[in-house]
Amino acid sequence: MDRAQLIDSLTQIKNELIKVEKTNDSRFYLVCESQNACKISNFIFETLGCRFVIATAIDSEQYYEVLYHFSHDQTGTVLTVKALIRDRENPSVESLGQFIPGVLWIEREMHDLMGIEFRNHPDMRRLILADDWPEGVYPLRKKPKNEKDS
Amino acid sequence: MALSAKPIKKSPWVFHVNTGACNNCDIEIVALLTPRFDVERFGIKLVGSPRHADALLVTGGVTAQAAPRLREVYRQTPKPCVVFAIGACACDKGIFTNGYHMVGPVDKIIKEIDPNAIIAYVPGCPPKPEAIISGVVKALSIL
Amino acid sequence: MKKTVNINKPVLPVGPFHPLQEEMEFFQLTVDGETVTDIDVRISYNHRGMEGIAETLQFDQVPYLVSRICGICSASHPLAYVQAVEEFAGITPPDRALYVRTIINELERIHSHILWAGLAGHFIGYDTVFMWAWKYREPVLDLLEEITGNRNNYGNVKVGGCREDIPDELKPKIIAEMDKLEKKVEMLTKAVLDDPVLHARLKGVGILTKEDAIRYCVTGPTARASGVAIDVRRDDPYAAYGQLDWNVIAQPEGDVFAKAVVRLLETLESAKMIKEAVVKLPKGPIAVEVREIPAGEGCGRAEAPRGETFHYVRSDGGNRPVRHKMRAPSFVNVPSFKASCLGGNISDVTITLAAVDPCYSCTERLAVVNDRTGKVLHDYESLLKLSREKTEKIRKELL
Repeated sequence: MDRAQLIDSLTQIKNELIKVEKTNDSRFYLVCESQNACKISNFIFETLGCRFVIATAIDSEQYYEVLYHFSHDQTGTVLTVKALIRDRENPSVESLGQFIPGVLWIEREMHDLMGIEFRNHPDMRRLILADDWPEGVYPLRKKPKNEKDS
Repeated sequence: MALSAKPIKKSPWVFHVNTGACNNCDIEIVALLTPRFDVERFGIKLVGSPRHADALLVTGGVTAQAAPRLREVYRQTPKPCVVFAIGACACDKGIFTNGYHMVGPVDKIIKEIDPNAIIAYVPGCPPKPEAIISGVVKALSIL
Repeated sequence: MKKTVNINKPVLPVGPFHPLQEEMEFFQLTVDGETVTDIDVRISYNHRGMEGIAETLQFDQVPYLVSRICGICSASHPLAYVQAVEEFAGITPPDRALYVRTIINELERIHSHILWAGLAGHFIGYDTVFMWAWKYREPVLDLLEEITGNRNNYGNVKVGGCREDIPDELKPKIIAEMDKLEKKVEMLTKAVLDDPVLHARLKGVGILTKEDAIRYCVTGPTARASGVAIDVRRDDPYAAYGQLDWNVIAQPEGDVFAKAVVRLLETLESAKMIKEAVVKLPKGPIAVEVREIPAGEGCGRAEAPRGETFHYVRSDGGNRPVRHKMRAPSFVNVPSFKASCLGGNISDVTITLAAVDPCYSCTERLAVVNDRTGKVLHDYESLLKLSREKTEKIRKELL
């Protein structure tokens, strides 16, 4: 399908989206609440046939974000599902691992580095930090402002 | 490239250890075996086990996961041996100084178990194969 | 017949430090007899905390960091990064810069693929191929050194363009070297395609099916050799790729042989592209001035020799990235090793792994863990030996 059809088909999940941001003709960000991320990602992967590229976890102070980046190779479009996790005490989101094996490693990495829980992940073991790295220390979380270097 | 006929006191067998390097230094080390540089003509040989090595070629700034393994390899290498820190990361962590997962550089980790370790530094990012050969030859000729 | 050992499952650790597998990585293979039934990959040796370091650097310092993600993709990572920043900052580099970027990246692809061909040859016992390939790789590195000042880690890309230009006097030399290289690679490709021992040794080995290639989201030659014909240079054109005449190389079989063919043919394609780009190199500056980076977020990608590198950068208008995600192709390609190795013979493990061309440092995950308490059935040396013995056996049967 061409790009216009691709963007048009997003109306099928419009109830799950907060908004769609576009930074240019080939980069779209689909903002949603974390509980809808799995359904939207499934739609993009299975129905639209996009390829999962990678996921980015971000500590945005008011919430955590998990960005799932998908590529629609036929048109060179990048669709990024931006899931907002508002519970900062126990950030968690449903794992996409049941339908995308390619996501399993990055979810383990995001767990190691940002401390986000991926519910129902089949193999949540430490991936990227050393065996003796202390539990509960998440290196990519932002330090509190009074600890920051200038 | 021509090296002068500087005598090499011994033909060192070297074991290569990667402690978290980007691969550049490692590839330049492997390039030493290839026809343009051909270190085997000097008797320098890459061996498959530290137990057969006279020298260690260590790359990388030593990640937290690699540090215990580096110490283990050093212990297994018969003494006396020379530890060559190849590349900016191995010499002084280089661009990874601020990395939360970096515990090196190489001399710090080795000296934790052997304060008298013989360590030679070949800086570069990566050092060219000529520089590595020159560093190895220089170090061996003064030892 | 299952072997019984001290632990629950017989496990072969692959990959202590070995000179020809430069990265540290620990693959644990579970076997039933000689058949691989499960694989686990442990990675953490190479985790240097790049994304954390990037947040402490300024935007113009980051290319120097990311070119050290991996030595053989060291042009692709900074290119993907600067493209991400240029995207949200609304910066368009001059045309000459786009061509210079293309030429450097294709030179890198060539030296990476030839390096791979040499290593693959070594794994199956063709050491002459290893020596030959790495010898013919050197002139390509010489060209890169003449242009950028370094054989690796070029440091040539910056936000807004390039740092070093290709001098006009060098253009005929680049074309002459590409002509020479094409002849050599054509010779090697023909030798591979005509060799019955290589056919028997590599065909049907380490197959990654198209379905698995899609499920594991692989990219690069690993995908293209399984019939998934994706290539960022064509799908989401960047630099000067949209203006050159070239083909995406794909094969349907998904085995090691297909991966070798894809890489060799891509090398020839790259040589062709370089010659065309050098001839068409537009006059003009190689960079625009960049004063500040506004707030925003961008996704930049480039087709590295191993596949798609993807960088996501977010800025809040300050001097440093707020978040920088770096994804190397091996991050998705290495896990697919599980699908291509299961059910295979242990003598094929080393070549199947090599065929994925894992740039372990890209994945920041190569770790070798030797603290197993179970019985070691094979170490890396003996797996390599098994691989070469299989080649020898095939040669004796055929000739």
